[in-house]
Amino acid sequence: MSDALRNGDGTARAQILGGIRRSLRRGELAGEARKVVETRLAEPPRGPSVARGQLPQAEKVALFCQWAETLNATVARVGPAEVPGEVSAYLARNNLPATVAMAPSPLLEGYDWASQKMLSIRRGRGEGSDQVSVTGAFAGIAETGTVVMASGPDHPVSLNLLPDTHVVVLREGDIVGGYEDVWGRLRARYGKNLMPRTVNTITGPSRTGDIEQAMELGAHGPRRMHILVVRD
Amino acid sequence: MESTAHAFKANVDHALADPNLQDSLAKLKVGFSERRRQAAERLPEFEALRDRARDIKNHTLAHLDFYLEEFERKVIGLGGHVHWAPTAADARRIIAELCQSVNARTVAKSKSMVAEEIALNEHLEALGIAPIETDLGEYIIQLRNEPPSHIIAPAVHLTKDQVADTFLEHHAKLGFDKRLTERNDLVAEARYVLRQKFLDADVGLTGANFLVAETGSSMLVTNEGNADLSNTLPRMHIVLASIEKVIPTLEDAAVLLRVLARSATGQESSAYTTLNTGPKKPGDLDGPDQYHVVLLDNGRSGVLGTEMQDILRCIRCGACMNHCPVYGAVGGHAYGWVYPGPMGAVLTPQLVGVEEASNLPNASTFCGRCESVCPVRIPLPKLMRHWREREFEKHLTPKAVRQGLAMWSFVARRPALYRRLTAMANRMLALFGRADGRYQALPLASGWTRFRDFPAPQPGGTFHARWAKRKA
Amino acid sequence: MPSTRPRRVALFVTCLVDLFRPSVGFAAVKLLEEAGCSVEVPPLQTCCGQPAYNTGDRATTRAIAAQVIDAFEGYDAVVAPSGSCGGMLSHHYPGLFDDDPAMKVRAENLAGRSYELISFLVDVLGVRNVAARYPGAVTYHDSCSGLRELGVKAQPRNLLGSVQGLELREMKTPEVCCGFGGTFCVKYPEISNAMVGEKSADIAATGADTLLAGDLGCLMNMAGKLQREGSAVRVRHVAEVLAGMGDLPAIGEPEHG
Repeated sequence: MSDALRNGDGTARAQILGGIRRSLRRGELAGEARKVVETRLAEPPRGPSVARGQLPQAEKVALFCQWAETLNATVARVGPAEVPGEVSAYLARNNLPATVAMAPSPLLEGYDWASQKMLSIRRGRGEGSDQVSVTGAFAGIAETGTVVMASGPDHPVSLNLLPDTHVVVLREGDIVGGYEDVWGRLRARYGKNLMPRTVNTITGPSRTGDIEQAMELGAHGPRRMHILVVRD
Repeated sequence: MESTAHAFKANVDHALADPNLQDSLAKLKVGFSERRRQAAERLPEFEALRDRARDIKNHTLAHLDFYLEEFERKVIGLGGHVHWAPTAADARRIIAELCQSVNARTVAKSKSMVAEEIALNEHLEALGIAPIETDLGEYIIQLRNEPPSHIIAPAVHLTKDQVADTFLEHHAKLGFDKRLTERNDLVAEARYVLRQKFLDADVGLTGANFLVAETGSSMLVTNEGNADLSNTLPRMHIVLASIEKVIPTLEDAAVLLRVLARSATGQESSAYTTLNTGPKKPGDLDGPDQYHVVLLDNGRSGVLGTEMQDILRCIRCGACMNHCPVYGAVGGHAYGWVYPGPMGAVLTPQLVGVEEASNLPNASTFCGRCESVCPVRIPLPKLMRHWREREFEKHLTPKAVRQGLAMWSFVARRPALYRRLTAMANRMLALFGRADGRYQALPLASGWTRFRDFPAPQPGGTFHARWAKRKA
Repeated sequence: MPSTRPRRVALFVTCLVDLFRPSVGFAAVKLLEEAGCSVEVPPLQTCCGQPAYNTGDRATTRAIAAQVIDAFEGYDAVVAPSGSCGGMLSHHYPGLFDDDPAMKVRAENLAGRSYELISFLVDVLGVRNVAARYPGAVTYHDSCSGLRELGVKAQPRNLLGSVQGLELREMKTPEVCCGFGGTFCVKYPEISNAMVGEKSADIAATGADTLLAGDLGCLMNMAGKLQREGSAVRVRHVAEVLAGMGDLPAIGEPEHG
């Protein structure tokens, strides 16, 4: 890689920024005007509040489940001890192989997988041949039944995408109202302005409407998404 | 891509005579608008969110330099790279050099209208690098060697049978030699063929719906998950985005996301909304080693501060074309370049020149349906009218139109003369067979009478003549 | 009604009504007078300027707008039997004079007292019913400017609901443009034809025997298409039916007898 590519072309940069400033009939932002935008960036104002996600926690969980199912995911509400059994049962119900690729996360290790004698588990990133993955979720969004995945050593992104079937383990306490609540949790976990490499917010299985506008599931990502909503 | 916007009228004739296209458009007109209406009705805050979305984009445009610099600072801090491309040629060169720096043979591409705008595929192919379109619609039209006809549904002009023929033609050599008849089988076959290409690709190239200055993230919205595979599996991720895609914060993204999917497809949410922030981090089990953002200007900075600035708010949802009766009649290819429909009628003259694209802002009834559904409230008819004003000033308006207008305005500015001439016109029209109540043909009005009868004036003179008599 | 209601109303006839269908103007006068207005027709009016405006000829548009502003000075209200011309006066004139503060004030003044006929009757004068009879099934097309610039949607339907014998049958997409668009229909006749063809199919599917709308341009376009297709649907301006003038020959029909 040439230096120009490594650092960007200073001339081109000056050309674009200069062009913008000429068009806006001002120089580089300075003084009070700059302070105003810096403040807006540091203390982001929220948009109009969306009422439907602003509910007591139990109703948030119910709304999450309702939207997730409406948008083609399936949901099972279980207690912590029932998680491994529900995964096995789900695979059996859908005639899927009892082999899963699992995210190496402390959350998932907290469950008693050894209880599932027939279940074969590989921990690691997703591979092109994986049929089923099991991952945790950073949060759930009640407003749209969306699960939020934060990448990291405990959650490879490929597990969200490559398998045909994605089983998600989501704790009720991680279900929040809207995006804004997710941003708050991300800032609290990773630090302000810092993010994991990838945050996938996923609403139902992969789909496409590209042939005659008719919705078909399983375009490139999972055809099925099963969400275990776990009581605290 | 090469523009055929100058041939708009010939493109229109072709489109109106294409039965497959007309079938596809009939579905589009009902489907998208009905789904959008229902989605908007399900969210009581939708109109307030549209106002806010407009305000966010206006605020960003007024401070575009600041937010771009903030975005750049964050990306560099994350170990990523930012490349500034004043022109399409600059962006093509930068991307090609990046691909060559890792000896790339194939590039997995997620649908990007900006990549179409800079004609990236042709450039990469010429250098021996194979771009693979991975969005299903883009993949279909890449196989068919066609341009997209819609900004979010690139193959919306095709029927299932056409897709089946295309797949048989191109997939037979891969062992798929049965012509498919079901949509889900077509989707499954494309998934299988493209899966291997994702795994083999050296570079993943995506566009961006938004660039978040606060975090240095690029944000991408898809339904298929192809963008996510593109940004996770290959060892280099390149984001190609135009400069007006930057927004200040994640809170702003939350507002824009709520109006984007609903306006585009009527969905509550697209299946995948992804924030990518820099390359693979220590300990990550997957993700690219390199993360590059190419910021394209291509004339946009010059639109700032002009009467056309509002078009830079566009978030590329496609609602304007889904609701446009002209798009609904002729489809996207007739517009002759990357961006069709009302937003294209405003943007294309800016990007390829008003001489080339002069028909586009004229081919509108100003019905205003586009503006009424635009999630960021772009006054599209007003902007199209501005183009007509620029054409008029530059004397690009056709001579016959100018002359007719000049004659008409001479008369319209002289009420007494106008009165005499309309009375005369009223009598003259009567000579052409008022007895039938209408005319099948009229001199100088073939544009009308080719397809429609022309109603005759009521007998008894003009309104003003009769009113004057009544008052006398 | 309160005494503040406008009494002295100027009719903006519109160039198409003047030349092709004066009965729409007389229907407007009748409806306004029945609602208690005294109606005048300023003689120095010609056209609102849309042909120039939509062709990009701003200078001519300004000249014509200035002429309209002069001609309609001093009336309590200016009313047009057209959403398109009404919208031109009430929504577009002020923007023509951004660089001329004195004229802008006058344009804004005119804009503030300019109305489309039916919305003026309902929203300003509070008319709730009319004394008219029209036996038959009608369908109503929402002309674009009236609908989207002026919010004319419920008002004509409400008044039509008071017409004796009239049954309203809605189209699937009454809000989609008919393809007229002023000069558009002759500059791009093929596209315009495709649009109006779709409209005529939507009209036919309602089974209505009469098509109504509030803009003569759209009506002439749709009437011309329906008649070319051999349709028996009669086409009238909504004001004619509301004013009890529904027995006149319809648009494009010959004189009786």
